[in-house]
Order: sequence, then structure tokens, then C-alpha cells
Amino acid sequence: MKTPILEMKNITKGFPGVKALSNVTFQVTEGEIHCLVGENGAGKSTLMKVLSGVYPHGSYSGDILFGGKVQQFHGISDSEKAGIAIIYQELALIPEMTVYENIFLGNEIKKGARINWNETIKRAKGMLAKVKLDVNPEEKIKDLGVGKQQLVEIAKALSKDVKLLILDEPTAALNENDCDNLLNLLGELKEHGVTSIMISHKLKEVIRIADSVTVLRDGQTICTLSAQKGEITENALIKHMVGREIDNIYPKRKSKKFGEITLEAKGISAYNPTVGRHILKDVSFNVRKGEIVGFAGLMGSGRTELAHSIFGNPDGYQISGEMYVRGNKTNFSHPQDAIKAGIAYVTEDRKGNGLILIQDVKQNISLANLREIARRGVVNDNDEVKVGNEYKGSLNIKTPTIEQRVSNLSGGNQQKVSLGKWLFVKPEVLILDEPTRGIDVGAKYEIYTIMNRLVEQGMSIIMISSELPEILGMSDRVYIVSGGKITGEMPIEEATQEKIMQKAVN
Amino acid sequence: MTFFKNLQKLLGQNIREYGMYIALFIIMAIFAITTDGIFISSRNISNLINQTGYVAVLAVGMTLVIVIRHIDLSVGYLSGFLGALAAIAMADPKVISSGMNLPVGVVILMVLALGIIAGLLIAFLVADLGIPAFVATLAGWLGYRGALQLITAGTGTIIINNEIFNAFSNDFIPDIPGIDFLPGVHKLTLILGVLAIALLISSQIKDHKTKISYGFEVLPMDMFVLKLAFMSVLLAGITWILAGYNGLSWTVIIVLSVVGIYDFITTHTVLGRHIYAVGGNPEAAELSGISVKKITYIVFGSMGMLSALSGILYASRFKSATTTAGAGLEFDAITAAFIGGVSPAGGIGKVVGTLIGALVMGSLSSGMNLMNIDISIQYIVKAAVLAIAVIFDVATRNKGK
Repeated sequence: MKTPILEMKNITKGFPGVKALSNVTFQVTEGEIHCLVGENGAGKSTLMKVLSGVYPHGSYSGDILFGGKVQQFHGISDSEKAGIAIIYQELALIPEMTVYENIFLGNEIKKGARINWNETIKRAKGMLAKVKLDVNPEEKIKDLGVGKQQLVEIAKALSKDVKLLILDEPTAALNENDCDNLLNLLGELKEHGVTSIMISHKLKEVIRIADSVTVLRDGQTICTLSAQKGEITENALIKHMVGREIDNIYPKRKSKKFGEITLEAKGISAYNPTVGRHILKDVSFNVRKGEIVGFAGLMGSGRTELAHSIFGNPDGYQISGEMYVRGNKTNFSHPQDAIKAGIAYVTEDRKGNGLILIQDVKQNISLANLREIARRGVVNDNDEVKVGNEYKGSLNIKTPTIEQRVSNLSGGNQQKVSLGKWLFVKPEVLILDEPTRGIDVGAKYEIYTIMNRLVEQGMSIIMISSELPEILGMSDRVYIVSGGKITGEMPIEEATQEKIMQKAVN
Repeated sequence: MTFFKNLQKLLGQNIREYGMYIALFIIMAIFAITTDGIFISSRNISNLINQTGYVAVLAVGMTLVIVIRHIDLSVGYLSGFLGALAAIAMADPKVISSGMNLPVGVVILMVLALGIIAGLLIAFLVADLGIPAFVATLAGWLGYRGALQLITAGTGTIIINNEIFNAFSNDFIPDIPGIDFLPGVHKLTLILGVLAIALLISSQIKDHKTKISYGFEVLPMDMFVLKLAFMSVLLAGITWILAGYNGLSWTVIIVLSVVGIYDFITTHTVLGRHIYAVGGNPEAAELSGISVKKITYIVFGSMGMLSALSGILYASRFKSATTTAGAGLEFDAITAAFIGGVSPAGGIGKVVGTLIGALVMGSLSSGMNLMNIDISIQYIVKAAVLAIAVIFDVATRNKGK
């Protein structure tokens, strides 16, 4: 039995109004890959923030033992000194700086008061070799893809002589290839004695690389499973995460009945003047009443750009081609026009361009359709509260009140607010861009159920997703997007993961 | 005992909102003591409000500009320039060669229109050409400074003789003639004050009842009564003080109208919501069907119009237009907005808060002048107050809600 490198004992941490962690115990053995799983809001990120000193000693109760010693971290610099490095979902790199500057940022190699750039570049090359990243260290971060940036981030951590590496959903924004690389790298680092903790929602990855898994639920430790004992299976993980068995992740629709074509695009091309190239080439598709149409494709294949182009073109692309809503030719010059025509768009990036985080639940829900609750431009506050409560109820948004700021909600509940906002415009066509990204199994199931309910009521749904199982589980028909073109279309009965992937990569 | 518990809860939950009122109250109380009551004398309060007027009007416009994540540095000299234009337009050609002898009503409309055009020009630079507001309005600052000097170069200070124009910042509303009751007290002001209190109470009760009819949570009865009583006493006190001198000044009427209209727009209308949405997250607002460009034009247009109004009040206050009129007013307006709780990050801030912020700054100037405190010390004290206000804002931001 190897010795534990990290022990967190009876950690309790509260925020005003909520207990985020209650008596959590967490133990990591030296040299293993330990995954931390749990639904959104289960307390995973909070636990890691306690460990890394973001929440300083004294703001929580309980003990942290690292390397056999009781530790009292008062900030990230303390935990870094002890040999703990944390890599967040939102990467902490400076886009305008070069790779080598980033790797040694805050840890500069100095000769006297001057930075020794030659030595820095030399050592940066060594670090990049360690993480198997083949880029010129003098390239700027902004010119690298997300996958490579992630590796730079790991190289940065390794440069600080890290003993324990924490990764918070490292693969959330990566494509399959980059995911694969990253997971392989973690395996290799393990061989070199680096212990890793990985937070992840992707259970397949967890099963692939974890030596142990700890499951958190509602701020409590539920169990720790071991790979050696063969305890880590998808069913076991889901059962412990949600506290119940979900026999089918994708709920079945009672009846499928497709009507007329509600939205049709013919030969849409889009040119983005800022990057100086075509991002969409001759795209044609349609969606019928009561149908869920999946748009599969890899990240960067042009799916979000397609959604923006049909939703009033807020980014100012130069667009050609024709669009028809219920058979009538339309030409939207602003998202406003698209909304008026009965189209709604739930964005991929909830925090970036979906919600107004500093405003409360009811204000976010009413935002896109304020005129519905206004008379002569004056908003009826009481009607707004009523609307907010309606969607809180029908979408099961978990929040103490609708006066809560959305920044305080978990990812799944933020997504429901976003959905509520767009359902309130009472659309006929609902575009969902990565509707379940970064949200937990339980909330996913709820969102799928809502989607089924909506199409049964006659709505048309366009679902953009990178998760093939989701595409296969929910859609009636699939379009595959690659390099700004539609490279395939197939009814769901004919679609398989392999077929889709084949068309997505060419 | 539940009374105190309720009170504690009410104050605790709304400390951000009530903090400024409490701060203003404390500042006024301190000056009242240190000046043996001169500070809260009718005459001084009346003066203080008249001096704060032109800053308050600018600050209201600035609030919206900062809410949508921009800034406007050009407004000080713009107001000075437009004030000087007004002076020239009204001047007798026999006295000033460029004078136009235009009637005051025409002049005011013309200046307000020019202000709106100036604001729209900035909006064009910011919204259509993508120039950062800081740079675009810095150019405005330089340009209007030059323009002001250019049009006053031949004349120097232009004295304004128009009585109606000068009344805006110096005179008071007329009293009802022929009432002997309460001599030395301005009766019309008293009546307006009583009306305002009655309106406040009835609208609050109506709102309270509507909320109950919708089945929403409302303040406990004792807190509701306490809040009404507190607000009524405050209004009554101010009315009494003002009625004891010459009554309500035209400045008060103008400023209260501006604040009232802007408060209504920002808190109760679709336009207001759209402004805060753009400030809170411009990308999300755009994708929600709100034209960020249109909002930018409206907000800068309103800023320009209020700059013109401020220029009119300023020129009226000094009964003249000078070559340096309006210098530094932009920073007074920005300071008032920040003290009033407007967030530099955008999306948060109320115009009523900004009015309180302007009154805090005005009170500090007035109080310290009465105490004969040197101007150098005054700046340092104001710096401390601004810093404390922002620290308080940051410290309370993440709590509550």
C-alpha cells in the first residue's frame, strides 16, 4: 500500500445561505490519477479551491495534510510552493505573450535583476518536450489552439516542480484528438511520479485513466472507487453521482409526428472580413415541425458560425444565400428580426454571450421579450415576477428565489434560465448550441425531457452538439458539418458514431 | 422584538442601497454641528442645491454612459462651449459683434439640439467606427476646449443680461400672493411639499397592495410604515428648510424633473432594461435582439443633451460665459456617479444614487467652505470620500443577492 500524498479531513465550507462542503474527506495516493466526479454544484471546484488556497486557511474548517504535513495555505502562492498546481477550465494564459514567456510567468529565470531570456527559451523547449508539444516557444499563445494551450498550461505547472497536478475539466473544450493526447500525457506523467487529480464530467475518460475515483454529491463524499478492484464502471459512477439509477440517459419521445418545413436555408455562404476567409460554404438544410435536427461536427467546424449567420448575423459576416421561414423568404439584418420571425437561439457560451450574470433570474428570462410584459414601453414588474416564477416551476430551476443573481447558480440551472429566456419568446424554431455542455447527468436528463416536450408540442429544434451519443440519442435527423460545409445528412436510423465521425473529419 | 429583527434584516439586505443616504445624512449632521447650524440653514441648503444642479444634471447622463461601459470626457468643455454659444446667441449685436439677439426660448432649444448632435457624433465614433469612448471623447475634450476659446477669443467673458435665462440657476418659484398665514414662509413650496408627500404615500400603498394581490412577498407592516414615515419626515424636513428661505429654486425643479424622468426610464421602461442589459453583457444583449448600436446612440445623445442643459445652468448660475467655463466638470460628474454606486465595470448604477453622490460632493464643498478649510485640504478630503465609497461598493458587491 502506497502512502497518501494528500489527505483532506472533515472539510466544511459554507457560503452565505448555502453549505458548499460538509465534512468532506478526500484522500489521494502518491503516483496515481485520481478523478473527482459529481454533478454540478456537488462541491468539486470548491474542494479544489480550498486545497489550492483560493479559499484561505480559516475560511473553512477541517485539516489538509500534504506530503505528511498539516498545511495552512493562505493563497495560491503557498500551495504552489508546496508543490500543488491547479489548471482551471478557463485557461490562465496571456494571449498576447509568447509560449516561453507564459511558461515562466511569475517564475522568471533571472540573472541579477535582468531576465535571462536565452536560458528561459532553452528551458521552455525542455518543458514543451516533456508535454510532447511540438511548437516554437516564440509563438504567441493566441495563435495556438485550445488543445495546445492546455499543454502549455501543463508545461507551466511542471516548470514549478509540481508534485500534485489538479486539472479542472481539462477536456471540456478539446476535440477528440486533443483529448486523447492529453489523457495519454497524464498517463506518462504518472510514470514520472506526478500525481494528478482530474475533475471531469466525461465518464468515459474517467473510466479510461482513473486509478481511483471519488464521488461528491451535495457537498458530501459519497464514496471512493478503485480501478484495481474493478469498481469503476459507468453505471456505478452515475448511480453514486445522482443517487439513483438512470437506466436511459436519453428519454424516449411518446410520439413522433413531423409537419411542414419551418426553416430552410439554401446555399448559405458567409465570409468573415475580420479573419479574411469564408467560414460557411454553400450550406443548405431544413427543419420540420416537431423534429429535432442534430448538427454534428468537431469544434471549429463552423456550426456556431452557422447558427449566428441564420440568427440575424450579429457578427457582421458577409452572407449570401436564401432563407425561408414557413416558406416565406426572409432576410434578417439583426437578431431582433430573427426573434420576431419566431426563431430563438440558446448560445453555446452561457456566461460569455448567453446570460447577463450580474442580473437576476427573472430579468434574464424576460430580456428577449420585454415588450410582452410592457405597455407603451413601461415594464410591468409584477408580470415579470409572474413570468419568472412560471419558468422556474416548469423548467425546475433550482434557485431560492427568482431575485437570485444568475452568477450564483450552478451551470445546469444557468442553462435552464437561458432556456427559459428563449422559451419566453415563444419560438417556432429553437436553436440549441451545445445545450448540455458542462452540466451534470441529472440536469442533462431534465433538459432532454424538456426538448422532447417542446417538439411534441410542435416546435422545431436544431441541436448543435459535439457529443455524438447526444446527437444519436436525441435527433431525428443529422447533418454533419466540417470546414464550413455540410458534408453529410442522414436519418437517425442510419447514423452511427463511426459514420458521423468519418464525415466530420474530411 | 420582531420590530428590531425586521429592521436589522431590512438594513442588512439593502445596505448597498441605503449606505449612500446614511453617508449623506452623516456628512450633513457633521457639518451642521461644526458650523453651529449654519450649514443646514435655509439659505445655505438652497445655495448648495443651486450649485450642485449643473453637476447633477451631467452626472445623471454620465451614469448611463458608464452603465453601458463607456466614459465621456468631453462633457465639461462641451457644456462650457454650448453655454457660451447660448450667451452669444442672446447677446445684443451692439455690445458683442457676433451677438444675435435671439429670444431665450429659441436659444435653449437650439443649444439642446446642438448638444444632442454632439452626443450623436461621439456615438458615431464609438458605435460605428469602433473607437474606444475614452479616446473619442478625449478628442472631444480637446476640440470643445478649442472651440470655446475660439468663440470667446474676441470678447473674453460674456455677460448675460437675460433675466429669464439667469433665473434658472438663481431665482425661485413665485409664491401665492395674498396669504398672511405663516409670514416669511414660502407657501407654494409648502403646498408642493405636502403634495409630494401625499403622492409618495399613495403610490407606495398602491404598489404594496398590487404586490399583495399578485401574492408576492412584501415588507412586514411595521417596516413598511417605518419606511413611509422616514421618507415623509425627510421630505417634510427639506420642504420646511427650503420654504424658510425663498422656496423652491428653478434649479431644484429642473434637476428633480431630470432625475425623475431618468429614474422612471431606467427602472420602469423597456429602454431602461435594454440599457442595463447592454451594460451587463453586450454580446448577450445583441443576441437577445437588442441593438447595442442603437442603445449607444441613445445614451450618448442623452449625454449631449444633458451637457447642453448643464451648460445653460452653469452660464445662468454665473450670469456669464467665460473662456474656461465647464473645465473639470466631467470629472465632478464621474466622481458623483462613482460615489453614487455606479459600477466602473458597467451594468450597475442608479440615477437617484448619482444624485445623492452629487449632493455628497456639493455638501463637502459647501460645508468645508463654511469652515474656512483650505481648498487643498478640500481636494484631499474628497479623494478620501471617493475612495471610501468605492471600497464600500466593492466590499458589499459580492454579498447579499
